[in-house]
Amino acid sequence: MELAYAPEKSIIDVHGLIKEFGKARVLNGIDTSVSAGEVVVLIGASGSGKSTFLRCLNGLESITSGEILISSVPVEKKSKNLLDIRRQVGMVFQQFNLFPHLTALQNIIEAPIHVLHQKKEEAVQIATDLLTKVGLSDKRDYYPSSLSGGQCQRVAIARALAMHPKIMLFDEPTSALDPELVGEVLTVMKQLAEDGMTMIVVTHEMSFAREVSDRVIFIDGGRIVEEGTPFEIFAGPQEKRTKAFLRRISN
Amino acid sequence: MNLDFTIIFKYMPYLMKAAGLTIELAVLGIALGILLGLLAALLKISHTPLRFIANFYIWLIRGTPLLVQLFLIYYGLPQFGVKLSAFASSILGLGINSGGYLAEVFRGGIEAIPVGQTEASLSLGMGKFLAMRRIILPQALRIALPALGNQFIISLKDSSLCSVITMSELLQTSQRFASVTFASTEFYTTAAAFYLIMTTVISVVLRSMEWRLAVENRTRGY
Repeated sequence: MELAYAPEKSIIDVHGLIKEFGKARVLNGIDTSVSAGEVVVLIGASGSGKSTFLRCLNGLESITSGEILISSVPVEKKSKNLLDIRRQVGMVFQQFNLFPHLTALQNIIEAPIHVLHQKKEEAVQIATDLLTKVGLSDKRDYYPSSLSGGQCQRVAIARALAMHPKIMLFDEPTSALDPELVGEVLTVMKQLAEDGMTMIVVTHEMSFAREVSDRVIFIDGGRIVEEGTPFEIFAGPQEKRTKAFLRRISN
Repeated sequence: MNLDFTIIFKYMPYLMKAAGLTIELAVLGIALGILLGLLAALLKISHTPLRFIANFYIWLIRGTPLLVQLFLIYYGLPQFGVKLSAFASSILGLGINSGGYLAEVFRGGIEAIPVGQTEASLSLGMGKFLAMRRIILPQALRIALPALGNQFIISLKDSSLCSVITMSELLQTSQRFASVTFASTEFYTTAAAFYLIMTTVISVVLRSMEWRLAVENRTRGY
């Protein structure tokens, strides 16, 4: 089954990933790879380990055993590579995590200036373009406290993109939003997918999974239970647990 | 009882000068205290053995009187060959003392910042120190500002203790004139008024700083 999705040029390779918090085993042997430009959606019940898996990919969680390779470089907690890897892997959080003491523009230029050592004018130029891209050019000098949740999340996406990442991770990016604000964030993500960004998205938005993703992975009990194209997963799930999950969320 | 406050006017220039020294002691003392407090707070939250040094420092300083600390620095250290001027001893004493309290103030501020801020910083490729300096501390210091102001006021008043290690600050100067003129009430009342004016100014300045730095009051930058 994995062979059907064996990527020609994988950008993420995960082998036998196990993650334990104390005695609790949250990820129980994950094997998968993602090719450049692929859009992968992770679905599963809360507590199934999908967010933890995402956080392992950029080293926010250290792994118990197994291996994660980003562009063939291992993600290791203690390695100097970790900073380089994080520069290539953008992350968008459920709670946005914008820096409240900085304006939208300052949020975006912070890391390019202090991590990539870009010149300020250059960083501002890139940030301005990104704000335009996410439809917020008029909000560049606003602080997060005066932006709506949807606007905050779009700034957060722009902030991650300013590092020119090869991969973008989305950890339930619309779960903290009022229903009427979900659409504007999904539109930006959809645009990003069309631009060819490699994306891994944890979400409960099945419409996004159906319309935008190349592959849907269903995780349960810290394992990949089933994966396939959105059509395969939504129209004809093979596994009992996948069927049960899909039935539950469609109600 | 006949009070005659006019006697003060003759001595006013000296009292002003002494009040200036009091401000100098307080400002330099709190500046040193901020450095020491910040260092101790960062050590305390680090997961290294160095945090025990920070804990020991905080325990020692908070558990002993400032007056004893000043005596030990000014009269005790010379026995070990370290001879500091009264001025240097005063700054050191006030700095070490306020640093012990500020360490806990800063630690509280740092720990009040949601972990998501650090995670967002790290995910952008920042190292721990960069994230602390650019993202966490600016927010933590704003939270710590009211307590920092409190400590500044305490240090200003505590500087009066430096009078016992021969500093001619506001209290000692008042004391000297009071004993020469026998106008104790006049001079000590004046000294109290000086302290009150100085602490009031500090409070007002801090309140306006708090207001300006409050994120809630920011809608647009620049």
